[in-house]
Amino acid sequence: MKKLLDRKDDFLVRRKHLEGVSDQALKEKFWKLAEEIVDPMIELGKTHTTPSIERSVLIRMGFSSLEAKPLVEMTVDHGLIGKGLGHIVYVVSKEKNMSIREAGLALIEGEHWDFIIDYFNKRGEK
Amino acid sequence: MDLKPNDKLDIREILSDLENYAPKRRGWVWRDQVGKQKIGPFEYNDCSTDLENSVGIPSSRYFKGLDPQPKEVITTEIASGRFEDDIRRMRMSAWHGADHIMVIRTAGQSHMDQLIEGTPQGIGGIPISRKQVRAHRKALDIIEEEVGRPINYHSYVSGEAGPDIAVMFAEEGVNGAHQDPQYNVLYRNINMVRSFVDAAEAKKVMAWAGIAQIDGAHNANATAREAWKVMPELMVQHGLNSIFSAKIGMKKENICLSTVPPTAAPAPALKFDLPYAVALREFFTEYRMRAQQNTKYITSSSREATVTHVLNMLVSRLTSADIQSTITPDEGRNVPWHIYNIEACDNAKQTLVGLDSLMDMIELKTDGYLMEEKREIQERAVLYLEEIIEVGGYFEAVEKGFFVDSGKYPERNGDGIARDIHGGLAAGTVYERDEDYMAPVTAHYGNNNIAQYDEKYVDNPSGLIGGCSFEDRDLIQFIDELDEEDNVNTRLDETERYRNSDIIKPEVEWLGDGTVQVDLFLPTDQRHAKYAALEFAKHMNLNEAEVIHIEVMHPSEGTRIQVKGKIDFEVDLSTLEIPPEPVLLDFDELRGFVKNRPVKIVAGTLGEDEHSVGLREIIDIKHGGIEKYGFDVKYLGTSVKVEKIIDAAIEENADVILGSTIISHDDVHYKLMKRLHEVAVEKGIRDDVIICCGGTQVTPEIAVKQGIDAGFGRDSHGVNVATYIVEELRRRDK
Repeated sequence: MKKLLDRKDDFLVRRKHLEGVSDQALKEKFWKLAEEIVDPMIELGKTHTTPSIERSVLIRMGFSSLEAKPLVEMTVDHGLIGKGLGHIVYVVSKEKNMSIREAGLALIEGEHWDFIIDYFNKRGEK
Repeated sequence: MDLKPNDKLDIREILSDLENYAPKRRGWVWRDQVGKQKIGPFEYNDCSTDLENSVGIPSSRYFKGLDPQPKEVITTEIASGRFEDDIRRMRMSAWHGADHIMVIRTAGQSHMDQLIEGTPQGIGGIPISRKQVRAHRKALDIIEEEVGRPINYHSYVSGEAGPDIAVMFAEEGVNGAHQDPQYNVLYRNINMVRSFVDAAEAKKVMAWAGIAQIDGAHNANATAREAWKVMPELMVQHGLNSIFSAKIGMKKENICLSTVPPTAAPAPALKFDLPYAVALREFFTEYRMRAQQNTKYITSSSREATVTHVLNMLVSRLTSADIQSTITPDEGRNVPWHIYNIEACDNAKQTLVGLDSLMDMIELKTDGYLMEEKREIQERAVLYLEEIIEVGGYFEAVEKGFFVDSGKYPERNGDGIARDIHGGLAAGTVYERDEDYMAPVTAHYGNNNIAQYDEKYVDNPSGLIGGCSFEDRDLIQFIDELDEEDNVNTRLDETERYRNSDIIKPEVEWLGDGTVQVDLFLPTDQRHAKYAALEFAKHMNLNEAEVIHIEVMHPSEGTRIQVKGKIDFEVDLSTLEIPPEPVLLDFDELRGFVKNRPVKIVAGTLGEDEHSVGLREIIDIKHGGIEKYGFDVKYLGTSVKVEKIIDAAIEENADVILGSTIISHDDVHYKLMKRLHEVAVEKGIRDDVIICCGGTQVTPEIAVKQGIDAGFGRDSHGVNVATYIVEELRRRDK
């Protein structure tokens, strides 16, 4: 286990630059700093996804939790989670002329994966 | 389902056709803020509107049933492990003033990387599944109609399945939820990157559904070695989750800080709690306060927990609270029982109503210790944030063990909770979205390339697939049960004997659980008392007896003990011999009788007893006493000797002697009654006079055994006494 910081209370030294800062300015500083800290995490949230986010997308698209879980796992295994589960199901539904639900259930049955890999490969080449 | 106060909730009816049930509404509801208003004889400044159906605190009977509702939303935390039994507790709590029902999750749900389905029994909470949530919301939709105020239903959007749960909550009309990625990271050791990325999606969904959010900062208080030292960190944790949520799109008025007064007596608690509360509220003016009770220093004493709660509510009123939480007074010793949820709601209602208008009379000082201490906490919090940035950001700070360190920042004791950015549960499960990433659903956070298929749906992604479950409920897949054994139907069958039948058993949390609590004082030391108590429990036929509280009264003179145990016998209500409720004669009949047949009464408080209030209430016309019916009462005062009242009865040729007996030490009240009868016999008037005695400790049946004609206990009023006298005289005069 790594050693964590041990430090005596040096508040009086550290606070020097806050002396004379008004209560209002101190409050604004608090929020400015807090914002600066969360900004990179907000950005991560925009540019990344996770299995639970993708399951939550599938649930909104009309799948049960029992269906969403394996479908996300299969997508991760195929290296396609970066496309978005909703995207994959949407493409199968559109291209194979099926309802969203039929498309998802077919994917869970292992169908259309070659098609979907091919679909994204072709688009990647364009 | 139309619910009548005299009918029990039918759990089976709530469960029937659940697959087709849609909640009445979405979103959080605050109490009506009424301002100055008159309720009963009083003017209130800090109350909301009355309920249509409620149970007031016990003393409300002295105020014609007055039951004002404080302006704060009142929370009660319910979680017995069986959601079907929790429903009854929700109804009882709502009648006592709760409008925020927080359902605790079963142990370990944070670590389930998916939704739970069905209705398995939980431990220390319930497994939050769609079926249970829907059944609860359905029940509350009925209960809120009954009490006449919207009830918020609440659970947790945390753990590895945060976004899944958020979506299910949005679909099922859940109104409030805990959501704070820091909780995942620090206390559940779930990978920090995953926790924040998940939180972004979960919060976006919650924002769409109008779900009020409560953060998890209070846990730092409960975990830290010396809780009052984490005040700067609490500000930081509140700040990070709040601004993160607001930037995702949550309305600030739906972002609630779970704030706890950091310490408790015997510390000079308010010296810490009040400056902290002021510091926090000054910085978080746009956000809401959910005032939680301090649980760090809770013990098994329910009395002590109640006092802590009351002191914490004083802080709420000296500053502000939008939601007043209640921790049940038994939280320190077991998963809360029915009665303690009710006690907690009553504690909150009693305290907050009692403190009504406090801040119209006093104000906090704007200089001196309070302001200096407040400013120091704020500065420490700002310095904390500065150092987080200095070390490279939040994740780096967590890696270095910044959080939950027992030192008062910037003091560091090297005992914080450190996590590895690549470690923790579900590590390595965060994936970058490709350029063409897409999610055709409502309330999805972040990059979403809808335009690649149809520009028209960029602002309405689910339009691409003709709508998602947030627009069309029919898309929701309802799963009933997955486990053939571990489900609500099996549990209901097992306890069917006690459901809607005449057979009852005492219970604390589950129908028919048979658990009882026994209070003992044992005149011995703590160690002996504990084992003696278990022996007594055995003789009382208590199974699985356990000492749940033990308190020294004196190291050798005695110990207070509370024991719980189970009994395995039941009572059949249909076999009980219950005396009929007394029928009271009305005013005209009483008055008419006395007009035609004058009645002379001598009355007084007997023995060495200076209490006069009770008897005066029975007699005096202005208290609704018997004089108003025309009885001629000669009041002899207090500390009246038995011989004296008998002599007065002879002198006045009285029809009735009315004795008040309040002091009951060593059964002196019953001894006085016996003496009264005996002296009346000695003096030869016993057959000519009706002798009645009353008092708060009088049991009518025992009183009569002393030889007098009637006894009146604590719930008696003038009309009870008058009715008895008139009926007895009618019988005798025949």
